[in-house]
Amino acid sequence: MSTVTEISSSRLPQDLLQKHGTALDAWFDDRFAKKLKEVEENKTPSLAIIATKGTMDWAYPPFILASTASALGWDVSVFFTFYGLELLKKELNLQVSPLGNPGMPMKMPFGPEWFQGINWNIPNAVMAGVPGFEKLATGLMKKTVKNNGVASIQELRDVCVEAGVNLVACQMTVDLFGYTRDEFIPEVKDWIGAASFLPVAQQSDVCLFI
Amino acid sequence: MSTTAQELDARGLNCPLPILRAKKAINGLQHGQILRVRATDPGSVKDFDAFCKATGNELVSSEQDGGEYVFQIRKH
Repeated sequence: MSTVTEISSSRLPQDLLQKHGTALDAWFDDRFAKKLKEVEENKTPSLAIIATKGTMDWAYPPFILASTASALGWDVSVFFTFYGLELLKKELNLQVSPLGNPGMPMKMPFGPEWFQGINWNIPNAVMAGVPGFEKLATGLMKKTVKNNGVASIQELRDVCVEAGVNLVACQMTVDLFGYTRDEFIPEVKDWIGAASFLPVAQQSDVCLFI
Repeated sequence: MSTTAQELDARGLNCPLPILRAKKAINGLQHGQILRVRATDPGSVKDFDAFCKATGNELVSSEQDGGEYVFQIRKH
């Protein structure tokens, strides 16, 4: 055995440890803490969202969080699957319905204040039976959104596209629902499956299923 | 103190639009230049604080003026 090999194996560190063990431990802890801090400070945070709903109300959380995260300088990926694919359509035609959605207030976005404050308690049977009720509810929601200076879904999606958010679609659902790729915005970065998105989600600091 | 390089009127806009518009405006600024934002969304006070901390830009001032909020942000 050469001297170099002996030094690089276990003899020298052991000698050193016996003599200066405590000092070495302290040095290592200090150095390690500094390195860890450096790594954390230089790391770009990342967000991965799985968007599974295709109604107007459920379209807000993924797009608000994705656009805001991108504004904070984070890396963002959104995987659109099942009804979430609606959010990637060229023509956004998102609806919202209070039917089967008891948490949704039914308020009028016009008229005097006392009138706007009324929460219309409409029976499910009426909501289900009146033709065009969903269109009406959607129209009222859009008006409320506009009145309150809240962004439209289109606007939030545009911000995401502009900021380079990684928008990916679930290929299986595209096939399942008989869609074609040209129905979706050209900014869809990839057409993938669960096996491709899970590693992205695993590496992200924040992962949300919406 | 440096002068304001750009003004952003975010009045009437709600979360997260003031932040998104501000981010876009800051992108067009040079290092050290100041963006002045006027907003009416009360949530923007905490949001701009968090935004600046996360992005490394300096929140030079955050003031309330009647029903309006005025923020001055210096680009990092």
